[in-house]
Amino acid sequence: MSFSKIKFDKKIVLSFWIILIALIIAAPTLLPVFRLNLLGRYLSLSIVALGVDLIWGYTGLLSLGQGIFFALGGYCAAMYLQITSSSEFPNNIPEFFALYGVEKLPFFWEPFRSPIFTFFAIWIIPALVAGLIGFLVFRNRIKGVYFSILTQASLLVFFNFFNGQQKLINGTNGLKTDVTQLFGQMVGSESMQRLFFWVTAILVLASWFFAKWVVKGRFGNILIGIRDDEPRVRFTGYNPVIFKTIIFSIAGGLAGISGALYTVQSGIVSPQFMTVPFSIEMVIWVAVGGRGTLLGAILGAVFINYAKSLVSEALPASWMFIQGGLFILVVTALPEGVLGWIQGDGPRNLLQRFGLKRKIETYPSLEINNKEGNNG
Amino acid sequence: MELLLDSLFNGVAIGSVLLVAALGLAIVFGLMGVINLAHGELMMLGAYTTYVTQLIFKIPILKPFYNSYIIVSIFLAFIVSGVVGILLEKTIIRKLYGSPLETLLATWGVSLILQQFVRSVPLAYGTGLVISLLIGLFLPTTFPSKIKESINFKYFKFSTWIFAALTGVLTGSIISSSVSKLSRASARNVDVTAPSWMRGQVEIIGTAFPKTRLMIIVITLISVIAITLFLNQSAWGMRIRAVTQNRKMSDCLGISTEKVDIITFGIGSGLAGVAGVAVSLLGSVGPNVGGNYIVGCFMVVVLGGVGNLLGTVLASFGIGIMTDLIGAGRLLSIWPDMPLPLSNTINFFATTSMARVMIFALIVIFLQFKPTGLFPQKGRMVEN
Repeated sequence: MSFSKIKFDKKIVLSFWIILIALIIAAPTLLPVFRLNLLGRYLSLSIVALGVDLIWGYTGLLSLGQGIFFALGGYCAAMYLQITSSSEFPNNIPEFFALYGVEKLPFFWEPFRSPIFTFFAIWIIPALVAGLIGFLVFRNRIKGVYFSILTQASLLVFFNFFNGQQKLINGTNGLKTDVTQLFGQMVGSESMQRLFFWVTAILVLASWFFAKWVVKGRFGNILIGIRDDEPRVRFTGYNPVIFKTIIFSIAGGLAGISGALYTVQSGIVSPQFMTVPFSIEMVIWVAVGGRGTLLGAILGAVFINYAKSLVSEALPASWMFIQGGLFILVVTALPEGVLGWIQGDGPRNLLQRFGLKRKIETYPSLEINNKEGNNG
Repeated sequence: MELLLDSLFNGVAIGSVLLVAALGLAIVFGLMGVINLAHGELMMLGAYTTYVTQLIFKIPILKPFYNSYIIVSIFLAFIVSGVVGILLEKTIIRKLYGSPLETLLATWGVSLILQQFVRSVPLAYGTGLVISLLIGLFLPTTFPSKIKESINFKYFKFSTWIFAALTGVLTGSIISSSVSKLSRASARNVDVTAPSWMRGQVEIIGTAFPKTRLMIIVITLISVIAITLFLNQSAWGMRIRAVTQNRKMSDCLGISTEKVDIITFGIGSGLAGVAGVAVSLLGSVGPNVGGNYIVGCFMVVVLGGVGNLLGTVLASFGIGIMTDLIGAGRLLSIWPDMPLPLSNTINFFATTSMARVMIFALIVIFLQFKPTGLFPQKGRMVEN
């Protein structure tokens, strides 16, 4: 992370925003509904990426289990949709229950009859689960790679549980949402999908401003302090456990919102959302976009997923190679991500490499040894 | 008694697969602090090596020795995975020492590439590639020191790489022309058939044990003993332990830390290959075979205490026995008339996937009380 960030010209920033907002407004009319739906899905994924950026980019916690909270949010939304559109099925319960001979609704489905409960459950349940997991892990000062391994293990716990319980939540088949009803319309219909795109675009902006607000000020400073030197934060009198738990549950809540939006736009939620590769992919969106930049997380999630769908349509076998190469490249050559590289010294260094001299601000030795000094 | 013995054997069998898979990881993670998520894919390479060896031993010249192919493949798998591991160390991991989270992401990328590689490259040419890597990496080290120290050594190195590439292409095309099954790329799973002397069962004290399971236990036992002897008795083992304890001081005393890194990583990866042979005996071999083991392996290492082989051994057998007890619902048959709520709970978890849920949950609870595993490293630092 470089401290000297280039301040862009205000006109450039303003015109960038105008173009971006114009594109979002124009998208529903310009794009065919299939592409619009894809874009909407990728935008919803950028919300979970924001959460990953908060915990990894700012606090230094590499979670490989964000899929848990993503899928929990998705399941909350899907359970509500299934249960409200189940009036024509036997026993007034969702259709799949009949396949396994279940006649009574499992108790945890009951509250999802209420839209208000669901509205809160989508983000509060993932946040609570994240807070609980986080508190148990952080309380024991488990950190670094151990934290990553434990979150991955919890991911597998949740995956195996959801995958195995046909009688409770339809197991490996997942819950379909595209043939359910919302506001008297099919969720999978074109007009609803356009509506969901709007909702997603607004929520992405809202969560972005929320994340910016979270990392601003003293709270954000403590997060960065935890990332850079946790013992020092502790010795200064702060309790890192509380801050880590709070930020982890915020990220969990964002993941839940993201999962719910993704579910209604892709038409299904299934344990596939909790597989190990998907959760690691979330990390690479942030890594490519630029960790600790927030905007980089959004752009990374949207662009990488768009590239994925384009490449997979053209050359199905090559995406794995490209993705694998991306992981290696970003870690070895571009640790700050694309946006971090642009905001940092990247362009200046590139110009220097082409022979254009770089303006030295302080002592030359400081400039040159800066990197080593930070790492040591 | 019979039931208990049966349960114990099953647990030990499950545990020994975990142990042989986690052993390499324990070395790489415990001694070098590198999170190698491509470990599962190195296992997969070992499993594919077994398959390729089996097919090669079916061609007429080698047919008489067919029954011994599994022994040969253990050594070949060690070499194949070891060479790929060394290449990995030399190109990527070397740049990332000291930042484990970065190695985690980079090795995940490597694992994706390796998975896709076995899907889209014919196995015959894959074999050729490994052979050329082997020659290119190791032939220069056997040159007399006179050549090594001369200024023109880089030309010698370059020419060995050309030689290596040619040999690789040649062996690749020979294999693909003589074994038709290896000449086309396929994403399908393949099956390794055990030689005839390994099929069937052995009876010990009135209970029948499948021979393949016994073979895996034997492989595990030999690997554990060999690696313990290597680390504790050999000169390089001592150097590895020295570098683990204090890298800077070892460097000052004239130990080539670079070589130690390569050897440690090579051995850890090679052990993954050996684990691959064991895994190939259990079921079909596919590009995703390693992914099923990787998280379990990490749990074993964390539970046992990082950098402690005894802990790894105990943890894997503990997990193995618990998996069998919970997953097969054996507690019910041992204690048939337990109260109803308890037996219902046990029945709920009595499937393979739910047993996994239970085991991981138990491990997380255990780590609440002993966050650094069974045998923690002792130290006085704030951070470790």
